Parts: sequence; structure tokens; C-alpha cells
Amino acid sequence: MSGKPILEKLSILADAAKYDASCASSGTVKRDSTGTKGIGSTEGMGICHSYAPDGRCISLLKILLTNFCIYDCRFCINRASSNVPRARFNPQEVVRLTLDFYKRNYIEGLFLSSGIIRSEDYTMEQLVEVARILREEHRFGGYIHLKTIAGAAPELIARAGLYADRLSTNVELPTEAGLQSFAPEKKPETIRKTMASVRVGADDAIEAANGRLLKKAKPPRFAPAGQSTQMIVGADGSRDDDILATATNLYSGYHLRRVYYSAYSPIPDASSDLPPVRPPLMREHRLYQADWLLRFYGFQRAEIMEGASGGMLDLSIDPKLAWALMRRDIFPVDINRAPRELLLRVPGLGTRAVERIVAVRRTGKLRIGDLAKLTASVKKVLPFIVTPDWRPGSLTDSASLRARFAPPAEQLSLAL
Amino acid sequence: MREVVLVRPGDFAEWRDVARGLLAGGVRPEDVSWRGAEDGASLFGDDAPPASGATVSLPRELLAMADRVICHRDPAVPARLYRIVWRALRDRQLLARRTDPDIDWLSKIDKAIRRDIHKMHAFVRFRRLGEEAGRERFAAWFEPDHRILRLTAPFFQRRFYGMDWAIVTPDARAIWHDETLTYGPGGTKDEVPDSDVVEDQWRTYYGAIFNPARVKIDAMRAEMPKKYWKNLPEAQDIAPLLAGAAARVERMRETAVSLANPQTDKWRTRVPEALALTDDIDTLDDLARAVGGCTRCPLHCNATQAVVGEGPAAARIMLVGEQPGDREDLEGRPFVGPAGQVLHEALDEAGLDRQRLFLTNAVKHFKFEPRGKRRLHQNPTTGEIDICRWWLDKERALVQPDLIVTLGGSALRGVTGKSMSIASMRGAVHELGGGTKLIATIHPSFLLRLPDRVRAAEERAAFVADLARVRELAA
Repeated sequence: MSGKPILEKLSILADAAKYDASCASSGTVKRDSTGTKGIGSTEGMGICHSYAPDGRCISLLKILLTNFCIYDCRFCINRASSNVPRARFNPQEVVRLTLDFYKRNYIEGLFLSSGIIRSEDYTMEQLVEVARILREEHRFGGYIHLKTIAGAAPELIARAGLYADRLSTNVELPTEAGLQSFAPEKKPETIRKTMASVRVGADDAIEAANGRLLKKAKPPRFAPAGQSTQMIVGADGSRDDDILATATNLYSGYHLRRVYYSAYSPIPDASSDLPPVRPPLMREHRLYQADWLLRFYGFQRAEIMEGASGGMLDLSIDPKLAWALMRRDIFPVDINRAPRELLLRVPGLGTRAVERIVAVRRTGKLRIGDLAKLTASVKKVLPFIVTPDWRPGSLTDSASLRARFAPPAEQLSLAL
Repeated sequence: MREVVLVRPGDFAEWRDVARGLLAGGVRPEDVSWRGAEDGASLFGDDAPPASGATVSLPRELLAMADRVICHRDPAVPARLYRIVWRALRDRQLLARRTDPDIDWLSKIDKAIRRDIHKMHAFVRFRRLGEEAGRERFAAWFEPDHRILRLTAPFFQRRFYGMDWAIVTPDARAIWHDETLTYGPGGTKDEVPDSDVVEDQWRTYYGAIFNPARVKIDAMRAEMPKKYWKNLPEAQDIAPLLAGAAARVERMRETAVSLANPQTDKWRTRVPEALALTDDIDTLDDLARAVGGCTRCPLHCNATQAVVGEGPAAARIMLVGEQPGDREDLEGRPFVGPAGQVLHEALDEAGLDRQRLFLTNAVKHFKFEPRGKRRLHQNPTTGEIDICRWWLDKERALVQPDLIVTLGGSALRGVTGKSMSIASMRGAVHELGGGTKLIATIHPSFLLRLPDRVRAAEERAAFVADLARVRELAA
């Protein structure tokens, strides 16, 4: 089983891991190798060490320990019934690769996942063992993201939290019905329970840290970069509304740092009931934008859906703009006087632009010419704002406003 | 006109000392001409910059920016920076004026430097030289846009303390050896090995992690501009990967769906469990297993898990609450959250031993409204309570308590099947039939919601009194 040469294993097990969208290496605690005299550091902001021609960042060595799997989830390249070649690393091989890559500055760390072999607990133990060797035997201070195997014992998850910066459990399909038809062996309750135990672990660590008698004592560690999950978009019939509803629940219940949306992309030896189409990349993009509106712009899901139709986000314009076009009664807003929450609702203004506007307007009135220094999307902003020297007049309410922003139809089909 | 020659381009201390001296001397920006050594300094004796002992304190944030910006290759930088410092001393708000042309320029140029630093952190590629005294030694060649080596070397020191390394750039080199960081003159690419054994693995990884079905060349080039490609071992694979992508996807699409892997059945050890609700519930364990698959109402979709009762199967007293809360939902146990805390304290005060009680809820799944990072409790509807009564009845049948204590209105509905006010039931002992007695009281979360402290204390005393009556009744 482990007789394959390392390059072949690496090729199989990285290929099998690429459907996990996350490659983030940010949001963890600051640490460096000065104290340990080993190698590895994390400084808050992650680094993308390379980019693949699919435009995605390569920050971590993202591999599976093995792509053998006892489950048969139909959307998955590693499902038991697939005929893809199989391989398995032993923990030492993964440790070696991680260190070799890290020392050459190729990566920020390791994102280790696995097909499930023997049992959930056995698989989780193997993942934890890799992290343990890296941290304890090699004093590795880089980033470690471990997949938590849904259904693994809470003690194993607690140990994973000790070594890992981030843990993640994928919900895969946004609705229970979807999961039941595509992954009948997986129970949604098991997945949610695993995420719940990660949150409890994190909460307990914070509580224990706050309750320390001696502030100098080392606080207990539990996955300082939090947990994340992933949903596949476009494999089943879930609408964007369902997806965002699930995301909202997950954010509130398990304090996820991120929900990743992964456009279902054709896999080798696919199951016959899946769409052999191009991945819905634009849909994925709109979902990320909506997710940002939920988390950083003070939007409720119901508001985002005002700009949608039939539970699906508009593909040709972004969700904030789609919402604003439905709620023109609110606009235009006065850039010099509107509260921050209202500025965040102006199409074209991002959180950073809003911060700049709020800061700079304290020092003097903002005029239309100043705007270009604060945001890159002046043209988009114009119909929705007022300055001492600019009024959009009838533009805000004009029937053709949407056409100003929506790309022509043929361009859209390319973008899909 | 005063002429200043900077002999060490990109050196912050040199510029700062000169700038301090000029500021102390009140020299206006328009009266200074800044030149680099490479421009050929003027031969006339120019005034040596005043001694750097002069103390002019500059805004800290501006100094941090100047430290970076001075590395920029634009020869206009030292002069313009001096002008900004000059202005900043006269206008404390200057840095906040993002729309000011000087500040706009400063932010843009600072952004360019920070991006250059970030890309250097990302794209340096070490190659292994060998080992010396048990330490691995590495070297890298890198060509940053600006003179940023001194701004990036500390990052590599923090990250790679345990190995020896050198980074060579055209302007300067940084060497980490003997746990000391030193700088030296610039060098050339051929000082660094042109390959590394691990690069084959790295390129294999790069090719395998690429998804040919989602080619986005512009996104890649925006973040990894072509100018860096010549020093990235993986970049030589970009063209062939792109050339083969369409064919790979086409092959995936065309390949007829193959028969299932012949090993499938051997590997699959999990078969979908029958989720049908079983009527063979003979123990509390059976019940706990069965309720996990309950889909009688939609609450199961969002809650983490069903939370069943906890306590001895032979308990004589059963306490029924409303539904699990946030913490109960996460832990899968009843009364472990804030309301549970209140209940436990009241039980202790009333002298009831909670080890001998059976604690459960009228509704087994948590009902909530997500709001950002919190889940706001929502009352279950009578419909939901009535549907879930099936489970509560099972628990009652298995435990067969002599006395049931309902906490709050939902519990009362769950136990009796009727909507009654707690006030009308409280203070008396009711018969439930079959010899079981009922005492109705409030839910402990009610106490948490009372803003008036005097009233809260009264209500709490009444709650403890109700529980004390339970103890007496059971005695």
C-alpha cells in the first residue's frame, strides 16, 4: 500500500485535496522560532506563497493522508466506489514534506485532511499524530490546519485543538435533504456535533485563560485560528437562500471564522447523477459577496434576498447593488453626514473606503473630486450619494440604472 | 539653496538624521535640494548637515511610514518626505487628510512598498546548500522592486531561526549565521545554486493542486505578476498546465461513467442507517439513540442535536424545562447553561439532591433565531411542544416518577397537553393520574430576565420555596 514512490503519492493525494477551497493561514496567534530555535512563525496575516493558474492562492501544503475511504459520498472524488488511483502517506512522510517545503519558503504550513479509513477515531488519531510530531519533535511553529473527522471522539478533537491553528469540518451540502441523497451515510447531526465540540473547546480555553490565577501562566491553547467549513455549490438543487440560511446558522451556532463556498467542479470518474458542467464560478463569487455583507456590512439574510429572485442571487450584478436597486428610497445618502452603517450600504463602498471617508470627513468637507482618492469605484457610487458639488438627480431612480452596471449578456455567459 | 547628498540609498537613519538637522535649523523644503550619491554630488562644499543631536520630535506613525517609504527607488522620495514632515509639524491632522495630494502620494507609495515586502516574504525560494555543524544551510536569490531587504530580513529571521540562510539581492544581501543577522553588498544570481532536490516535489504539488476546470489566469497574474516568475521554480509549469487544462476537463466529461470500483463493498463498512422511528424503546439509552433521528418537526434542521433527559432511571422526581438553550445544544446535556446554573443553586438551597432528580425538557431541540455570532432563544410553539410530547411521554413512561415539576409554561403544556397559566396552578399539588403528582413553577430563565433586583430576589425566593415544597412532598 505504501509502496508507491513519493512523487506519485504526492500527486494523487494533492489532487484529491484540491476540492477543499480553504487555503487560509491567517487569524492565528503571533509566534516565531526565536524562542524554540526551531523553524516556523505565524504573524497574523497569512501569506500566499504561490498562485495556481486557477487563480487560487497556495499558502499551505494541502494534502490528504490517504484517499482510501469507507464512505461513498457521491460528490466526492475519493468515494469508495470511485476508480481513482489510491495512495496513503505515513505520518513521517507528511512531516518530512511539510518541513522540506517550509524550509524553502514554499508554504506557510500544512492543511491535512483524509479519507476515512477503519474508523473516524482511527483517522482522526492519525491526523493528530502528524501535528503532534511536527510540534513536539520538530518544534514546528508554522500554521497547521487539521480536518476534524465528523464523529471522532471529543477527546481527539480536544487534542487536535492543542496542536492545530485551525480546525474544520465540512458540511458539504447546505440542506439535510441534499446530504441525505448525496451522502446517505453521513448524518448532519454528527457533523454539527463535531463543530459544537470545537466551539465548546474554544470557549473553555478562553474561560480557562481568563480564570487563571497567575496571569503569567501559559494559557491553554485551542485552535487559535478558529474553525471553518465548506459547502459545495451547484451539486444539488439548493438555492442561494438555503445556502445563506445554513451559513447564518453555522456562524451563529459554532462561531465559524469562515464558511467556504466551493463551486461543484467536475471530478474524474464522476458519479452519473452529478452535473458534468463547468463549475458555477460566478454563483460562488456572488455567495462570497453575500457572505461578506452578512459578516461585515450589517446585512440580514432577508435583506440580501430582497435583491434576489426565486431564492437565487443576481449573477450579473453584485448583491449589495441588487439590494440597493430594490431600495432606492434610501438613496442618495450624504457622504459627509451619513452614519457609518448607512455608508456601508452604498454600492461600491467597501469597509476600508468607509473607514477612510469617516476619518477624512472630520478634517473637512468631502467633495466629489476627493472621492477617487478614497475608493476605486467612483462610477458605481455616483448614483447613490450626495456631496456639496454633486447630486445624482433623477439618476438614482432612473429605470436604466441596472443596465449601467449589468454586463451585456454574452459577456456574462463567458464569465459563467 | 542647500544641497544634501544621501550616500546610502534606502537608509532610513541617514535620511532621518539629515531631516532632523534641517528641521532644527528651520530650513524650508523649497530651500533644499536632495541628491543621491549616484547622481554625482555637487563639488561645492555644501553645508554639512547640522549635528544630529538636534531634537525635533516627529509623529510616530509618520516615522514608521518614512522608514518604509525611503526604500522606494523613486529619486524624488527623500525631498517629498521632507516636505511632508515639515508640513506635519505645522499641521497635526495632516496624516488624516487622505485627500491632500502629499498624503495621497505618501499612501500610494507606502502601499507599493508594503506590497513589495509582502511579495518578497511570499516569493523568496531557498535552495539547500548542505549542512554545517548539524545546521542546514540555504540560500536564495531575489529581485525586489525596491530596496527593502532590511525591512524583510527580520521576518526571515523570526521564521527560520533554526537554519542558516542567506538572501542575495542586486542591492544587498542578508546573512543569518551563528544566530546573528548581518548585511553585506549586493550580488548576482549565480552565487546561489540553480536547483534543489525538493523542487521536483514542489512542482508536482503545484501541478496537482491546480484545478483545470476553473482556469483564471488574470486572477493568478494579478497576485503573482510575471516579473516574479523567473525566480519561482513552479512558474515554468504554468504554460504547460494551461495548455493541457481544456483537454483534461474534456476527458473527465467524455469518459463514460465507469462501473463502481470492485473493492467498493469491501471498503464500505458504513451502510445508511434506517432512520425510521422505532417503537422498541425499552431503555433511556434506546430513547437517546432514537431521538437523534427525529424529524417530526423542522427544529432538528438547525439545532446541533436532540437533548434528552438526564438522571437516574429510577428517579422519583422529574423536572421538566422548556427546551435546550445555546450551551445545552452544544454539549448535548440539559441545564448546563446560565438558566441551569440558576436552577442548580436553587436546588441546593432548597435541599434537593440533584443526583437523584431526572432533568429533562418539553422540547428536545433548540429553537433559535441566528443573529450574527449569537443564537437568540425562541419559544417553541404549542404545535412543536405537542409533537415533542411523544418523547416526553416516553421518558415519563420509562422513569415513572412520583412527582413531576414543570418549570415554565412550555413544560406545563408538554406535561398536561393543555395551555394553562402558571399562576393558576402554582402553590398547589395536582394529580396527573396514575398516582403521579404535579407541581408547577416558573422557569429559572425567567429570573435571569428580571431587570428589577428587588423583584428578582422575591421571585427567586418564591422559586426556592416551590422547590422546598417538592422536597417535603417527596420526603
